[in-house]
Amino acid sequence: MRMTKALSMIALACLASTSAWAQKTDIQKIEEYRAMLADGNPADLFEAKGEGLWKQKRGPKNASLEQCDLGKGPGVVKGVFIELPRYFADTKRVQDMESRLLTCMETLQGFNAAEIAKTPFGKGEQNNVTALAAFISAESKGMKFNLPQAHQEEKTFYEVGKRLFFQRAGSHDFSCASCHKDEKLRIRLQDLPKLTSNPGDGIGFAAWPAYRVSNGQLWTMQLRLNDCYRQQRFPYPGFASDATVALGVYLGVNAKGAVSTAPTIKR
Amino acid sequence: MADPMRIRAQVAGDKATVRVLMAHDMETGTRKDGAGKIIPAWFIQEVTVTHNGKTVLTAEWGPGVSKNPFLQLVVKGAKIGDKIGVTWKDNKGGTRSDEATTS
Repeated sequence: MRMTKALSMIALACLASTSAWAQKTDIQKIEEYRAMLADGNPADLFEAKGEGLWKQKRGPKNASLEQCDLGKGPGVVKGVFIELPRYFADTKRVQDMESRLLTCMETLQGFNAAEIAKTPFGKGEQNNVTALAAFISAESKGMKFNLPQAHQEEKTFYEVGKRLFFQRAGSHDFSCASCHKDEKLRIRLQDLPKLTSNPGDGIGFAAWPAYRVSNGQLWTMQLRLNDCYRQQRFPYPGFASDATVALGVYLGVNAKGAVSTAPTIKR
Repeated sequence: MADPMRIRAQVAGDKATVRVLMAHDMETGTRKDGAGKIIPAWFIQEVTVTHNGKTVLTAEWGPGVSKNPFLQLVVKGAKIGDKIGVTWKDNKGGTRSDEATTS
């Protein structure tokens, strides 16, 4: 009788330790799976499409984007992504990559920026903006984030972004900080980066744009923020609105020194 | 023509590792759209890989292969400067061919 009890205790102990050990292996297995996916990242296809769109004459003005100033002079694409969002003298405002693309698509190619901003993700010109974003971010792959904070507007946007990050609202009283202000938080098996400081190379702000395997879509930071707000049960922010740009400034400045690996691959 | 494939072919010794990324939606034919209508099946059925014009791999794919499929293979006896050609055909008659040079 005692022997059976002892045996069953050992069996239970074995089961308990196996499941604890198995849980660690699951996360390890997910990391291995992600490493396997990284080779042959479909984001490459979006990059190639974006590069073509950058050079292609399009829009009512039948012009290419090759004269677009993304912060380092007309036509310079290499190294611009890691310095965005930043202040632009010609538009007198702080702009992120997608916002600046809209400016160039309007001034150089004659598209209606407001129309594109109103277009839902995945439809019409938004698909082209996504591809262009993938291309532009890829041209800074391996470089460290270094957003400028010299202009007063850039500093103001950082502070606005910080307020927005911590602002609790909506039906569930969520804020960005609810998920992203501490280390070692996760949603189910998805680790959440701490975004109030540099979370590391290729993490957080340094991980987007990214290709999401689960829905086969390439998400830019604009779509990532849009979906964060959706998950917080907030109204959707305007595409490339000041609020989203301010958050980008806050996250990007916090990530100073982090290596960009965009476009990455995600679950 | 469909969006271009990305082909990379790297030679190590007497073998070349070829990695291909194909741009294709690969609809299974069982998904429904927002209105509840079935999205018709649309997937790559045949893949052919050639090395300097000679076929080295043929594949018959079905709806089980995922969107934007990734294919990796090792070609024996490949040297730097060889031509690797990849062709796919889908069930709607669409096709795409791309070529890359081993490096």
